[in-house]
Amino acid sequence: MDSATVYVLAAAVLFGVGVHGLIVSVHLMRKLFAINIMGSAIFILLVATSAPISGQTDPIPQALVLTGIVIAVSATAFGLALMVRMCQETGNASLAVEDEPENDD
Amino acid sequence: MTTEALALIVFLPLLAAAGAVVLPRTWLRLNIRLGLMPLPLLLVLPTLEVLESGTYRVLLAGHAAPLGISWQLDPLSLLMLWLNVGMTLLVSLHANSSFPADNEHAHRFWPLWLMLFAGMNALVLSADLFNIYVTLELVTLTAIGLIALEGKPPALRAAMRYLLLALLASLLYLLGVGLIYGQTGVLDLYMLADLLDPGWLAVTAIALMIVGLLIKAAIFPLHAWLPAAHGNAPGPVSAILSAMVVKVSIYLIWRLWFWGIPHWDLDQAALLLGLLGAAAIVYGSLAALVQQRLKMVIAYSTVAQLGYLLLLFPLASTLAFQGASYHLLSHGLAKAAMFLAAANILKGMGTDRLQRLAGVDQRMPLDVFALALGGVSIMGLPPSGGFLAKWLFLEAAWQMKAWGWLTLVAVGGLLAAAYLFRVLAVVCLHPRRRNGQPEERRTPNLASVAALLLGLGAILAGFASAPILDLVEAGLPPGLAP
Repeated sequence: MDSATVYVLAAAVLFGVGVHGLIVSVHLMRKLFAINIMGSAIFILLVATSAPISGQTDPIPQALVLTGIVIAVSATAFGLALMVRMCQETGNASLAVEDEPENDD
Repeated sequence: MTTEALALIVFLPLLAAAGAVVLPRTWLRLNIRLGLMPLPLLLVLPTLEVLESGTYRVLLAGHAAPLGISWQLDPLSLLMLWLNVGMTLLVSLHANSSFPADNEHAHRFWPLWLMLFAGMNALVLSADLFNIYVTLELVTLTAIGLIALEGKPPALRAAMRYLLLALLASLLYLLGVGLIYGQTGVLDLYMLADLLDPGWLAVTAIALMIVGLLIKAAIFPLHAWLPAAHGNAPGPVSAILSAMVVKVSIYLIWRLWFWGIPHWDLDQAALLLGLLGAAAIVYGSLAALVQQRLKMVIAYSTVAQLGYLLLLFPLASTLAFQGASYHLLSHGLAKAAMFLAAANILKGMGTDRLQRLAGVDQRMPLDVFALALGGVSIMGLPPSGGFLAKWLFLEAAWQMKAWGWLTLVAVGGLLAAAYLFRVLAVVCLHPRRRNGQPEERRTPNLASVAALLLGLGAILAGFASAPILDLVEAGLPPGLAP
């Protein structure tokens, strides 16, 4: 098994873990972590595509991964801030509770 | 000069957004003007360029693909740019009165608003799959920030649900981009046509990207996040979300499909996308028919109307392309008008529950008129822009003898009439109208004028179609059936 295959398999396993976590978890922090794990899986896959074929490493995927990490960090920070605000307003950090019907009559 | 103009179209709003965050709050008004007002002027040069030579490419920092990132301006992206600029400016008129510079949320609203604007301009220009991912994230995150802005619990919940699904969608898209790069070694959308053959890996990549974009475009059955998000956002935000933000995802699917993989045999997949569109039209309309709140009726109407944009895949002809592009334009104007009018009504009456809106036509005639004008275009009554779009779809279906799609477009119009007349009946046909004193009128303000202008635009779109349809025809994808 060459190293590229190891990378791809690792990516596949991590992606599966992320999808599972996103669907099964109830707490929003866990859901955000799950999304981050899926993101890492994709980054591993991108790094694998930069594997040297004829002695030269392709720099583009590494640049993409760097950009991707920046976006993932900002999105996670935003998600966490939103979660904190939601928790302050509703006392709940999950979406499992349905919106109460509005009673303004 | 065109390159500089295009750069400013993206960077001016972005700089103004940064300025709105960093500079003192007394300068906010100046920043807003700087980020919005010069944009139509800046679009003049690119427009002349496209009319003259068709396609214009910008190599950022002078590096050519596959190493560099490029922007591509062609008739379709020009149309999207004009739509985005026009729509954002008109809705900003409304935002200017709902989030004036001294409003407590203004210093958060305007930076996000300007960044969303810049993000969508960059998105429609970009020719690089990864750059498109970055702009998509910019658009999504700023849009969600705008929904959550006022911090009301239903809006926060809707924003959170939207965020989780949108991040999942972005990752699916990014995974597709990674797989495509692994195979072809390029990220340029317009180079894929020659390089990407339909092997199983390429098919998986394209499918992942399209599913991701379908989530962001809220196409049935992936629409679950949209009604709550669009129905609970502040007025101008709902308007731009329904008018532009969901549309740019569909624009990207068109790009991928017709420009990225034009040589693939896609009949089955096109049929599947068309059926999703059909399901969206029927389900969205029926759901709109039973909603109790005005903004929710309009939000479900968006779910339904987005379905038409997918009929382009099975119909795939010049007429269908013109119809779909025109639908994108007229629905944007009409839906923005309706959401702004609904926001004014919500503010004026304190509620947007339909059963409490009897008599609103006497108190706020201008807003109800704007709502009705938008409604006329959504129903597709002549001579509105919506009518023309539906007519082009019908003609396209007729030419292909596709009776199923033809029936669907007709039925969709009837369903839209049903849910919109239900609203208008509640608002206008109430007993107090016939007997009883006319109620006090609210003085119309700029917010109502903005709604009215958009509503009039949706109707006038039915008259001034020739140059736009010609533009769409000039920008047809390679290899599309006449």
